[in-house]
Amino acid sequence: MSVHISTKEIKAKRVNYAYIGRRIGHDKPASRYQEAIYDVQPTTNFHYPPSWAKDRELYDVRNTSIVMKDWYTFTDPRQYYYSSYVIARAKQQEGMDNNFKMLEKHNMLSSLAVELKSSIKNILSPLRHVEYGANMNNQDICDRGYGSSITSLSSFNGFDRIAMSQYISRITLLIDENETEGLVKAKSDWLENPMWQELRHAMEDIFVLDDWFEIMVAQNVVMDGLIFPLIFDRYIKNLHSKGASGITLLTQFMAEWYGETIRWTNQLIKVTAAESEENKQLLSTWVTTWSTRIEEALEVYSVEALGEDGKQQLTEIKTELFTRLTKQGLDL
Amino acid sequence: MAKKLNMRKRYEVLTRGLGWEPTYQPKEKVFPQETYEGIKIVDWDKWEDPFRLTTDAYWKYQAEKDKKLYAVIDSFAQNNGHLNITDASYINALKIFIQGVSPLEYGAHRGYANLARQFSGEGAQLACQMQSIDELRHSQTQIHTLSHYNKHFTGLHDPFHMHDRVWYLSVPKSYFDDARASGPFEFITSISFAFEYILTNLLFVPFMSGAAHNGDMATVTFGFSAQSDESRHMTLGLEIIKFIVEQHEDNLEIVQGWIDKHFWRAYRVLGLVSAMQDYMLPDSPMSWKEAWDIYFVDNCGALFNDLGRYGLRMPKFHEQATVEAEHLSHQVYTVLYQFSNAAGFQTTVPTKEKMDWLSEKYPNTFDKYYRPRWEMYAQMEKEGKRYFNAGLPQICQVCQVPMCFTEISKGKPMDLSYRVSEFNSDKYHTCSDGCKEIFDHEPEKYTHAWIPPHQIFQGNCGGAEISDVLKYYNFNPEDGGEYHGSADEQMWKSAHGNNDNNSDAKESV
Repeated sequence: MSVHISTKEIKAKRVNYAYIGRRIGHDKPASRYQEAIYDVQPTTNFHYPPSWAKDRELYDVRNTSIVMKDWYTFTDPRQYYYSSYVIARAKQQEGMDNNFKMLEKHNMLSSLAVELKSSIKNILSPLRHVEYGANMNNQDICDRGYGSSITSLSSFNGFDRIAMSQYISRITLLIDENETEGLVKAKSDWLENPMWQELRHAMEDIFVLDDWFEIMVAQNVVMDGLIFPLIFDRYIKNLHSKGASGITLLTQFMAEWYGETIRWTNQLIKVTAAESEENKQLLSTWVTTWSTRIEEALEVYSVEALGEDGKQQLTEIKTELFTRLTKQGLDL
Repeated sequence: MAKKLNMRKRYEVLTRGLGWEPTYQPKEKVFPQETYEGIKIVDWDKWEDPFRLTTDAYWKYQAEKDKKLYAVIDSFAQNNGHLNITDASYINALKIFIQGVSPLEYGAHRGYANLARQFSGEGAQLACQMQSIDELRHSQTQIHTLSHYNKHFTGLHDPFHMHDRVWYLSVPKSYFDDARASGPFEFITSISFAFEYILTNLLFVPFMSGAAHNGDMATVTFGFSAQSDESRHMTLGLEIIKFIVEQHEDNLEIVQGWIDKHFWRAYRVLGLVSAMQDYMLPDSPMSWKEAWDIYFVDNCGALFNDLGRYGLRMPKFHEQATVEAEHLSHQVYTVLYQFSNAAGFQTTVPTKEKMDWLSEKYPNTFDKYYRPRWEMYAQMEKEGKRYFNAGLPQICQVCQVPMCFTEISKGKPMDLSYRVSEFNSDKYHTCSDGCKEIFDHEPEKYTHAWIPPHQIFQGNCGGAEISDVLKYYNFNPEDGGEYHGSADEQMWKSAHGNNDNNSDAKESV
């Protein structure tokens, strides 16, 4: 039996917003991602120059030497807008929460061998400060960057950094059974231990860069491109093989996050390099300069984390990074 | 057995101790914006976290709220919810909202990212970062909610393009640019305190309960969904003021100056809201005057009683704003009525029922000063001479509202109010003592203002003809003008079978 439901047809006046129509065609329905990110940022007729940069506008293409005809050439392959972002993260967080609960219940970290505990506290715990600094860089990109398709990703990226810094803190607390000595030590190591100083120095030099796109490359492409494979892949596997299997679960977010993040950073490098020879050269120079600097900064750390062939492994990681970036069109 | 951490302690250990203490670069280079406004922060650790939300909890709550919100938006579109509103003329309120307010949400997103980078204290940094991402949420949920209305009504189609260009939108835009172009402490005083704390109810109550009264369930839903974010933002607004003032005695005078300035700036922006509330909502939940009495006179009066112990007083010129409350919406809506041939919304003479409501709500002013004007306009319309002002208005150099305000606080409500300042041998006009004082304090800044009528005359807005300017705005001919006979009204009538019992058919006198 078929039921006929009587409906009245309502004819729409238009299919999408004009600002989306200009990009995808006025007769094509827009996705929520497109509605949320295209051309939302102001571009013209600003009233007052910023008091901290009187030669600039509030939103200014001159805040970077990268030149794009259209700053919305880049779009996120994951198509994250706020809602899809928080829903994806809430799901991951649920998994992480279960992992933490399970490990806590079975005392899986506090019962680890002393040398493994101390390794985690030496290698992993101070990274909460690195993530905090990475957040500062991403907030800076969100502030001074151009085009909401790029800047909104820096906002999400920064939020993720705070989350990772909190996960690292929770791991440290779990090892210390909620005493804060590990966190205190992580901070004094970060500020004083020679192993960290070149990295901390590099981060502070990145903080004061004028060009937000250079910050993007130095932080989100190069520094992450060396540290994440080093720690959240190789070091964690190493720990796992030595019996600290639980730590794999507690850093699952970081491993997934990096795999997800390089999808959009690859795409950003690709479209930016493809725009012009000048962009390509600039990006390539930034990658070369910062990877040399950060590789050096991580040498002692890599040995501490991975053993005596740590340096060699770090070089391998750098080669992998260069191979990946060459595929996106850079000249390295 | 591990000891338990309570929520407060847990939040503290997860977030504190992270603030960056640079040693390889000078602090003033890493945080270059923290000192030049003259605010002295002695100890960021004294910052009381206004809301102790860890990232995991944030994701969880926000995802739950968004799932519900988007389910409502989807079902609203599927069921053509736009046909259940009281009347198509209501949509004019939404046009002002998406053109004037949603772009500010986006601007706030970027502005709070600036603070999240520039404040060196991690407590304030994190609070600002959360607000930044929340504001991005608000701009996007508004775009997504109103997307369905855009498919059926005029004027909602290009809000961000319009916000950068259109004459009346330079009122909200210049206000926000003013705050954004200031240093971080002035920005947060302006947006978090003067706007989000003191005046936010005067923005959201008219729009959101206006939406509820007029059957607009989609807007109500995003409004309610934003409310828990807003309450966090308000808490931040109060915390920042107390924190700054407690940090150093020199800060008080600076902050009080900012409160005075940004109260007046934000109040002038709300003039547009008052017109919307009293005139554009077919069914108004409360008048501007009633809202002002509750949310400003009572609530803010009490707030400043509390803040008295910090040495803070009510914002300067608040008495003028209160005296003006019986006139504000009538004066602003008259301007919108006269110039709606160049607007992205339609206006019309209030219906007889609406005028009676206005008489009741404004017993001292409406019948005496404003009803006769509307009756004249109604008569003109009847004779086929619907009045539009053919010229370009002179606008205030500071608030950018056309010069429509009168000398109410001097007891002369029929005399136009204007003030003149001189700077570098040029004359600048402002609409009030409040705006003049703002101009005189930073004349250099306000000479940079992008004044729409000047820009039009200089040929920077598409050309000399009004049709050129409308094209520059990306307005379609059907977007503005008189509501009666408009495309929106026709669509409404045909969707409702031209039923004369509908409220859209109410006669105006």
